[in-house]
Amino acid sequence: MSKTPALSLRGLSGGYHGEAVVRDVTLSLPAGRFTAILGPNGCGKSTLLRLCAGLLRPFSGQVLLGGRELSAIPRKELARLVSVLPQGRPVPGIPAEALVAHGRFPYLGYPRRMGQIDRDKVAEAMALAGVTEYRHKSVAELSGGQRQKVYFAMVLAQDTPLTLLDEPATYLDLNHQLELMALISRLRDQGRTVAAVLHDLPQALEWADYLVVMEEGRLAGAGTPEEIFRQGVLEKVFGLACRRIELDGRQRYFFTQQAGGDG
Amino acid sequence: MLLPALCALLLLLALASVCLGSVRVPLRDVLSALWGGEVPPRSYNIIRHVRLPRVLAALLVGAALSVSGAVLQAVLMNPLAGPNIIGVNAGSGFFVLGAAVLLPGRWDIIPLAAFAGALLACGIIYGLAVTTGASRITIVLAGVAVSGFFGAGSDAITTLVPDAWTGASTFLVGGFAGVTMENVRFALWYIVVGLALALLLSHDMNILALGEETAQSLGLSVKLCRLLFILTAAVLAGGAVSIGGLLGFAGLIVPHAARFLAGEDNRVLIPASALLGASFVVGCDLLSRLLFAPYELPVGILLNFLGGPFFLWLLLRERRHRTR
Repeated sequence: MSKTPALSLRGLSGGYHGEAVVRDVTLSLPAGRFTAILGPNGCGKSTLLRLCAGLLRPFSGQVLLGGRELSAIPRKELARLVSVLPQGRPVPGIPAEALVAHGRFPYLGYPRRMGQIDRDKVAEAMALAGVTEYRHKSVAELSGGQRQKVYFAMVLAQDTPLTLLDEPATYLDLNHQLELMALISRLRDQGRTVAAVLHDLPQALEWADYLVVMEEGRLAGAGTPEEIFRQGVLEKVFGLACRRIELDGRQRYFFTQQAGGDG
Repeated sequence: MLLPALCALLLLLALASVCLGSVRVPLRDVLSALWGGEVPPRSYNIIRHVRLPRVLAALLVGAALSVSGAVLQAVLMNPLAGPNIIGVNAGSGFFVLGAAVLLPGRWDIIPLAAFAGALLACGIIYGLAVTTGASRITIVLAGVAVSGFFGAGSDAITTLVPDAWTGASTFLVGGFAGVTMENVRFALWYIVVGLALALLLSHDMNILALGEETAQSLGLSVKLCRLLFILTAAVLAGGAVSIGGLLGFAGLIVPHAARFLAGEDNRVLIPASALLGASFVVGCDLLSRLLFAPYELPVGILLNFLGGPFFLWLLLRERRHRTR
């Protein structure tokens, strides 16, 4: 893993079939930090992630990775810099270990044979994601949560300085969600940059280092959880009341419906 | 273990197919012919000029159609795809008939024409799948339309110039009666190149099976790969059609059977499809000679008898998957 390059967006707009879903977004993902991307359904979170990953070409503006335009980076090299966990995926009937091994694809030249380093990285990723025990099981036979963790292990095996996750916590039980948050924190502690689209606002406020809040395709705010909380960005965007208490030495956040009128 | 077992099965069926038929050839003669030993002239003639070309043709066509089907199923991500289902065979057949009429006697051009027709049909279906994101069933229906169109073209040719090519009716049903070493030789390289490409691309097919976005983020050039897969499938289907005519369902049935035996890893699935397909068509050809001996049923008819019900079963299974 090389030194983490920063990802920055400048005046970025993009979408599908000529219709902009993300409009004029300028921001930087802090290097070596865990960023959560938040916003109501259909606000362009996933589109923003796709633009960051180079899966979608922007209409205008730039995505810069370590100062280089993303579209100028060859595909194979990009795959060694940025890993992506997309939202919807087909379920192949192959053993979990074979799926995780696909994470090494960007490192394999022809004829696509894995070396010892690749095998070690696969074993390491499976251990880190806690899926070693399903190694020989077919992905099709795993539960939704197990499958998600196996896919996560594949992204880990890709061993990239920047990792983008599109709703990684969906389909997971609460205990698995918390496991995932702890796992992302560990990646961050290794010096990797992680950005994830999340739905659970309290979780994002508690675990992420940096928050990006989207509203109708535009950036509604970006900053540390503390800043976002103080500025009341989430309250405004989601139309909810947010309160915070300290519990067991950590800040905990609660969201309730805004009281009608008198508060 | 699976691949050696399939090799053994293929060898066994091929030997049986050389020995058995309207005239039996003793196994001893076949073996000594292979080893270059002394063989009675009568046996030698049957082996060299009748049975061997036929077995080789069936073997190559079986392998080519099956792998073509496996590649099409991978690139379209559609288990219902097969060279006959999506109209690839029909497109190929129309071009072959056209070439036979326009350039009579140029047998060397036949595989090229078959390839061009297969590629055109593949291109139409693939273009439709990509630009409209059409569902699996829609692709099958589009295949009906493409087949119908090219089939009408073939019918027009055989009606308007019925004497242009005496073998036309056999060609349209599909079979190996009267196949010569010449026919096999012209198509051999297409099929060998196609099979080699499919094997070389099998790992990339596995990556594509993870979905377009994941494949792209793993560094696969999705568009280039799809194009290569389509070319491979068309080369194979074209090669097969130029030898065996419009043989039906082998390209649909065999990849499913191979998947059942070998799993979904294309690195195993592709060679398994090739071996199983070769065995299947050699076996069906043998059966078609023995069933009503001394008459023989064109193997295309036998394949359609087997393939029709199988396709219905696939459709039912597909429906269950969707409603679940």
